[in-house]
Amino acid sequence: MSQLKHLLSANDLSRDAAIGILDVAEEMAGVNARAIKKLPTLQGKTVVNLFFEDSTRTRISFELAEKRLSADVINFAAKGSSVSKGESLKDTAQTLEAMGADAVVIRHGASGAAQKLAQSGWIDGAIVNAGDGTHEHPTQALLDAFTIRRRVYGVGSSAGRGLDGLKVVIVGDVLHSRVARSNAILLNTLGAEVHFVAPPTLIPADASNIKAKLHYDFDAALAEVKPDAVMMLRIQSERMNASYFPSEREYSRVWGMNSERLAALKPGALLMHPGPMNRGLEITATAADSPNSTILEQVSNGVSVRMAVLYTLLATERN
Amino acid sequence: MASRTVLTGDDIDRAITRIAHEIVESNHGTKNLILLGIPTRGVLLAERIAKVIQRHYPEFSASASVGRLDITMYRDDLSLHPNRPVTETNIPAAGIDGAVVVLVDDVLYSGRTIRASLDALNAHGRPSVVRLAVLVDRGHRELPIRADFVGKNLPTSREERIRVQMSENDGENCVVIES
Repeated sequence: MSQLKHLLSANDLSRDAAIGILDVAEEMAGVNARAIKKLPTLQGKTVVNLFFEDSTRTRISFELAEKRLSADVINFAAKGSSVSKGESLKDTAQTLEAMGADAVVIRHGASGAAQKLAQSGWIDGAIVNAGDGTHEHPTQALLDAFTIRRRVYGVGSSAGRGLDGLKVVIVGDVLHSRVARSNAILLNTLGAEVHFVAPPTLIPADASNIKAKLHYDFDAALAEVKPDAVMMLRIQSERMNASYFPSEREYSRVWGMNSERLAALKPGALLMHPGPMNRGLEITATAADSPNSTILEQVSNGVSVRMAVLYTLLATERN
Repeated sequence: MASRTVLTGDDIDRAITRIAHEIVESNHGTKNLILLGIPTRGVLLAERIAKVIQRHYPEFSASASVGRLDITMYRDDLSLHPNRPVTETNIPAAGIDGAVVVLVDDVLYSGRTIRASLDALNAHGRPSVVRLAVLVDRGHRELPIRADFVGKNLPTSREERIRVQMSENDGENCVVIES
């Protein structure tokens, strides 16, 4: 296995590397299930969570993962900084480097921010992309793949396996979704078949670069594909500077997950959502709380997967 | 590269049988006995030792008393090597609190693996006693650790390599010194 230095994009992961991380995550899940949830693995390493954008679950998930591996954790919330973005990122990075950070977990509103940090030479440590603009969110894709793998194959018999032949439908705001992009890349790497369902206004112009089949009719897509998992995306009001659909009610009726569509899924199909949910908009409360829903599993799996990523990047020789 | 067989399959069987009896003797029976193998070959050895114990002491259940303890995440040399794969840890359902835990490994060398496994044990409970069984003790300890049950003491030089082969994993049973 070639050594991974940063995790910036789902494209950084070969099939073997991705399965390797998911397998380590299985063992981390075992640690998270026992009474003493602590490993000494990253003792003496410093990890900085550099969050330029709001986040609840991703930041807490990374923080918990770092602490369970015994790393020293610094949380840096850069919101409200008045310095221009390029300038402030450089200054911040150099400050962290001077303090001896071994890894930086970065979330930034600008697409490519993590890449910039990794390639600039400002900082020596490992960079983990925790979401950059509308570009990528690779650890979310890993935790989603982990969730699918555990549900479909069962907890004890997942190790070493990809997602070959499974069908995943990703629904909603694909345009603004880094979750959709990273998931499409990783799911393809693992052998799954990816479908996007969205209003034409919410499909990115570069969609042809992503290996996914496009559908514009949710019900027809569900009937045709018979998916193993359906992933609902959040409508990202904060990034919507134009009207992409007539009204929330219409969106919910045409593109939302509700009891009727849930009943049309094959038995045991997963209903996923990366959170936070807009209940009543892209997903109804009944659907979100149904047995098909993996929303809370995704949250707990997030900690195990992020522990596995940090283990893979940091518990190794670096030069 | 010269290689020399120091233990044949029969030698290994005899060593395992003797270790099994020594373990039961020192524990005055099989009560509270748990065998934890350290991957990869320590697990196979623990299973073989448990089978011998079960054959002579039917009240002892091999399947309920053998586990595996992966110690990768407790190693002190993680930052000196490429990323290591992590394997499964499997502790018997009854747990190890108050048990007599025998750690089983194939070769005892620097003692660092055993140091790591003592740390790993802490996270799973508090055994009343922890003992160590190894197939080969090759010397060159770097920590104050010794084995309680030894298959064979093999004086070696640091340049030599000990290769333990077990049929479940390697197709044959033998211990070879390579120099």
